[in-house]
Amino acid sequence: MRALSGLRQSWVVAVLVAAVLWAPTAGAKDEAPGPNESCLMCHGDAGATNAAGNSIAVDANKFATSVHGQMNFKCTDCHSDVSAEKLPHEPKLKPANCAGCHEGPVKEYLSTAHAKARAGGNMVAATCSDCHGNHDIQKSSEPTSRTNVAKVESTCASCHGNEAVIQKAKLPGGNIVSQYHDSIHGQNTNGKGAAAAKAPTCTGCHGAHKILSKKDPASRVNREHIALMCGSCHQQVYSRFSGSQHGQLRQAGNSAAPTCIDCHSAHSIQQHGTTKWQVEVIKECGNCHQDFIKTYRDTYHGQVTQLGFTRVATCNSCHGAHEVLPASNPKSMVSPENRVTTCRSCHPGANANFAAYKPHGNPHDREGDPILYFTRLFMQLLLAGVFGFFGLHTLLWLIRSLKEVRQGRGGHNGH
Amino acid sequence: MSATTMTSARALEAVPGRYYRRFGPIERVMHAFLMLTFIGCAITGVPLLFADHDWATTLVGLLGGFRGAALIHRICAAIMTVVFVGHVLRVFIRAFLAEDWLAYFWGPNSLVPNLKDGQDIVGMFKWFFGKGPRPQFDRYTYWEKFDYWAVFWGMFIIGGSGFMLWFPNFFTQLLPGWVFNVAMIVHGEEALLAVGFIFTIHFFNGHLRPEKFPMDLVIFTGRLPEHELIDERPLEYERLVRQRGLKAIEAPTPTPQAVLFSRLLGTLGLVLGIITILMIIYSALV
Repeated sequence: MRALSGLRQSWVVAVLVAAVLWAPTAGAKDEAPGPNESCLMCHGDAGATNAAGNSIAVDANKFATSVHGQMNFKCTDCHSDVSAEKLPHEPKLKPANCAGCHEGPVKEYLSTAHAKARAGGNMVAATCSDCHGNHDIQKSSEPTSRTNVAKVESTCASCHGNEAVIQKAKLPGGNIVSQYHDSIHGQNTNGKGAAAAKAPTCTGCHGAHKILSKKDPASRVNREHIALMCGSCHQQVYSRFSGSQHGQLRQAGNSAAPTCIDCHSAHSIQQHGTTKWQVEVIKECGNCHQDFIKTYRDTYHGQVTQLGFTRVATCNSCHGAHEVLPASNPKSMVSPENRVTTCRSCHPGANANFAAYKPHGNPHDREGDPILYFTRLFMQLLLAGVFGFFGLHTLLWLIRSLKEVRQGRGGHNGH
Repeated sequence: MSATTMTSARALEAVPGRYYRRFGPIERVMHAFLMLTFIGCAITGVPLLFADHDWATTLVGLLGGFRGAALIHRICAAIMTVVFVGHVLRVFIRAFLAEDWLAYFWGPNSLVPNLKDGQDIVGMFKWFFGKGPRPQFDRYTYWEKFDYWAVFWGMFIIGGSGFMLWFPNFFTQLLPGWVFNVAMIVHGEEALLAVGFIFTIHFFNGHLRPEKFPMDLVIFTGRLPEHELIDERPLEYERLVRQRGLKAIEAPTPTPQAVLFSRLLGTLGLVLGIITILMIIYSALV
């Protein structure tokens, strides 16, 4: 095998040398030879392989239609460690030198999560060619480009949507592309119309050459920057959120306070009008407001939504969504001033008494809700008493009756 | 005697012999409506109390979503209310028409508890432990009276709270908001009590205990065989003999059609009730 490879290599070298010597005269007959003819002598063969058996073929036609081919690049412009005068070249070459021209983007890339992973020895991580391609690179504006808005999802999916790669490289978040694909953003970018062009694809949030780990304070998707990043499209929501209790807590430096992704998730963002999302998001509120979700679940509103139906009040029906404020704030939807109006948005006939219903009354809180506490206590004692007495009554009766039946007396003593 | 009791309960046809009327047509129809509307309210209401379980979601889905379930719940509640109000009116009209209204409420045919009921409870417990004879009952036993008053109490508690929750705009003209919190707690807890009681204790007392298994048809046909009257309600029988009242309540053997219909209705109630109870027990255990 080894001998064969050596033999093959020698043959390749011989052909190359002959080609280089012959090329100028051959070209002169027809038209001026392309600058890459000598490379294509070997690499133009679709079946060409290197010593290790890997393909080294270059599709000349594809290259010709690529952005670099259209600019009449020479192979050696990128493969700068090869000289057309010194062939055959070394068997082991450096990666194509993108930085020679694209100095800025490459510099940016070097600080990204991808570059750092490669520097740390994880060679699965993407480098320039993994996203842009190599000999077939197209301008991002071309619909066929891997980096065109319409293709970004599938480009990122080649790793972040590929279970094998996800497992091997332990990619954060698992199969985030499939989550994204089903999200409102993914559905819009894959759809038609105005929304398709506006909705963000992966790079819309993460950036392209500036993709940084969310842990990196400079990352666009760092927790501290999320609201601003989402707000770059959702400006009105951003301004409402900034004025809300959540937004104000964040501005005060409380990083535990929720930002966009805590309620909406990062990659699985759903259209807010769907029943599924409206029912699910209650749990997101409940992750932090644990006492309130418990008391909510004791109400008809909470029971119906738990069964998976909407139309009854969810958290945001009363509290608002992005504009949520504490009841003590007069602007809050649940402030004493606004409560009746809020109730009336579903219950048109609501009055002040109606609005004095406690949607989060806690029958376990003796201090806070003594009436509810003792009501519950009374009812539970009543249940315990009735079931205790009649449970015992029934059990003893059953035992006695079975005994009577076994003895053939039919359960009626003396008859 | 016992063998015939067991056979008559299981046979598809009524045991021939002398029958006496225990319940009139109005009482039987009221019980049937009460039973069906109670089950209707139970299967549409219980899922709310166990909304975090998958079976609840499935059941409500089968009932036409929460709005379908709510509609069934309210239709049943309205019919049940009519039955209850009709019953109360009937009781007072009959009391008014009775020669002696005091005897109507305190006599042996009344469901009003009396001292003997207390003695009977003690007597039954003695009998359970083999320490005494089985008490002799008149027309209504203490557990039957409890069933009746439990429903009566439940009607006010569940019905009252239910109507408040159904018509909050009307009731908030009179009542403060916290009353609706109380109504919510009371409606749910009392519903659990009622459902749990009817579908276990009442089922056992009335139908499932070995002497009656699988069901007692008297509430559906309105008639019971002579031996059952003598066996189970000896004081009533003796009283009727004394007062020469037996002849007046003598009734023909229930027709096979009446027995079949009664059995189907009884089976429907038992099956739906037991399924509901199993779901509640399952939810409490999981």
